[in-house]
Amino acid sequence: MKFTLFIWRQRNRGDRGRFVKYELNDADPGMSFLEMLDFLNQRLIERGEEPVAFEHDCREGICGCCGMVVNGFPHGPEKGTTVCQLYLRHFQEGAHIHIEPWRSRVFPVIKDLVVDRSVLDRMMRAGGFISVPTGSAPEANTVPVPKEAAEVAMDAAACIGCGACVAACPNGAAALFVSARLGHLGLLPQGQPERERRAKAMIRRMDREGFGACGNHRECEAVCPKRISIRFIARANRDFLKAFFVHPGKA
Amino acid sequence: MSRTFYCRGQTGQQLLLGAYGALCRQVGLGRVKMFPRTEMLDLVVAGGRARGIVTRNLVTGIVEAHTADAVVLAAGGYANVFFLSTNARGANATSIWRSYRRGAGFANPCFIQVHPTCIPRSGDFQAKLTLISEALRNDGRVWVPKRRGDTRSPDAVPENERDYFLERMYPGYGNLAPRDLASRAAKRVCDHGCGVGPGGRGVYLDLTAAVAGLGEKVLCERYGNLFEIYERISGENPLHTPMRIYPAPHYTMGGLWVDYGLQSTIPGLFVLGEANFSDHGANRLGASALMQGLADGYFIIPYTLGEYFGGAALGEVSPSDRPFVEAAKEVEDRLARILAVQGKRTVDSFHRKLGAILWEHCGIIRNAAGLGAAVEKIRLLRAEFWENVLVPGDAADLNQELEKAGRVADYLELGELMCRDALAREESCGCHFREEFQTACGEALRDDRRFGHVAVWEHAEQEREPVRHVEPLTFETIIPAERSYK
Repeated sequence: MKFTLFIWRQRNRGDRGRFVKYELNDADPGMSFLEMLDFLNQRLIERGEEPVAFEHDCREGICGCCGMVVNGFPHGPEKGTTVCQLYLRHFQEGAHIHIEPWRSRVFPVIKDLVVDRSVLDRMMRAGGFISVPTGSAPEANTVPVPKEAAEVAMDAAACIGCGACVAACPNGAAALFVSARLGHLGLLPQGQPERERRAKAMIRRMDREGFGACGNHRECEAVCPKRISIRFIARANRDFLKAFFVHPGKA
Repeated sequence: MSRTFYCRGQTGQQLLLGAYGALCRQVGLGRVKMFPRTEMLDLVVAGGRARGIVTRNLVTGIVEAHTADAVVLAAGGYANVFFLSTNARGANATSIWRSYRRGAGFANPCFIQVHPTCIPRSGDFQAKLTLISEALRNDGRVWVPKRRGDTRSPDAVPENERDYFLERMYPGYGNLAPRDLASRAAKRVCDHGCGVGPGGRGVYLDLTAAVAGLGEKVLCERYGNLFEIYERISGENPLHTPMRIYPAPHYTMGGLWVDYGLQSTIPGLFVLGEANFSDHGANRLGASALMQGLADGYFIIPYTLGEYFGGAALGEVSPSDRPFVEAAKEVEDRLARILAVQGKRTVDSFHRKLGAILWEHCGIIRNAAGLGAAVEKIRLLRAEFWENVLVPGDAADLNQELEKAGRVADYLELGELMCRDALAREESCGCHFREEFQTACGEALRDDRRFGHVAVWEHAEQEREPVRHVEPLTFETIIPAERSYK
């Protein structure tokens, strides 16, 4: 297959960055999107040029590190997929493909398509856990969980922390990411004791880190590779409000 | 009977996320410091004990030494030595290999688990192999056409022209036969010319009978997103067309030798999980990597590490001490040496070549002639690497090619050790199948008298051959017998 690629090249955080055009004449429709980048990179190296830096690890859609914007869509035009699980057979012969890093001020570019997402770690530190030291929790099977609650909690727990929701949001909000964590833990018995406190801590942290607020655009839900529903945002908002009655204090 | 249960393909991932949450909590409490985008490139041994590591910051390129009272490695396995495996691409052997070079014994390096249910490769560009849950073997039947080179579409092959080879070979277990047997059987039917798909390297995992029996709804409830993953990669719908699968390297039972307290042969160096050699012997059972993660991390190390601290008189060390300065210098020199080659071949081309040699000679089926040839081929490839590798950029920046080059340089040494180990073990056991040592019906023939032991390799300096030590295995209650799945 033949493609014209426009790839964002940026040496480091200080560099201005620009699109560079690459022609590819012999890509295979069975290639994954990242295999196409590997293929291009081998050529660039052999020509004495620097390869395009991009992040990847599991290449199975579960590690959450391969995010990039393809033709304006985080993770590309296919629904419910990460970019590593996107295949060239889904593109038209001769297509022009624009490839950029996540667009968000909270994710500064490290190099080319690689961004720094440590802000998501900082939000996790604010409350994305249950305060039980590993090893001291009772045997999980002794606490019954209704199947429906387990299934819905699992829908939220599927979040891979890739940051696509932030990159897609016109407000630059991380509401879907935070609400997925809150929803997952808030639906299970182990997450109850800290439920409101957790909502308050994570949402405050999100504000402090400079994320925007949710405006119900639903772009996050549309690009989420794990198809996480914005219903979890509503649930998170409810927990957040409730927190001020359960634990009164400054917002 | 079922082999395993499928839960959105996420049991391992959810455990990882739970551990990540618990880690984030400790980081928030100030008890743990996390160094993202930092790679361990060497172990520092001072006064005969592991007293620190040398790291490289992957973004700034800064190499620095860190001091420690003890070093705990939980760095995973080395199946990526094959280039194509089911492991995440970032997983590598560098930290355990560098520790081996510093004196830690490496046990049973040739014990590699090859998983039978992976999506076959589709071309030379393939960068990764994807595992499809073997829960599918509960409901699917594995077959190939009986006739060699049969290129008919699967639905055009009538029932009596199909070879349900696992059911034929292992009537007692059928499609649920253990991983090593299922992988070997698949390779044999493909070697015989009956394989399906591109290059004839694939067998069918057929769910169409289950669709007729249980219905699409039940199957979708059971395996939902798995079908979607398969369809995305292969472009085929498993409910209507049999899936194609082929074995792929998945797990390494070999690793750094440890005692029952998880301490390696270097005092103060502890090794956990897949990075060590323990628990699985020559043949890991399904889902037991999780068991090992829990046992090592939760039941063992919290106690044995304390015991080590209590029993060892650990003096003060500083990053300006000679062993730390020297180790950091060696790391920097090695990086500079890789960058200075400026040859013509990319790092990936060396890695792919190494993987092809290992897959052919040290994969599912091995023999002395092939292993001997592989040792020579790998030596030549390693020599070429240091004369002809091409790594662009410099060391003071995010340089993914440089990261890979260091790892591949280590694989080029590890690959040779794997072949030497497989050559020295003149028997078949578990995953290690030597053609010369098989029963009349083609099954593994162990030699417990000569090889009922762990092989522990010790590194020798100056390109001298490594030394093979043995740790005898003694069985008091259950005596090993021949495995039979007939």
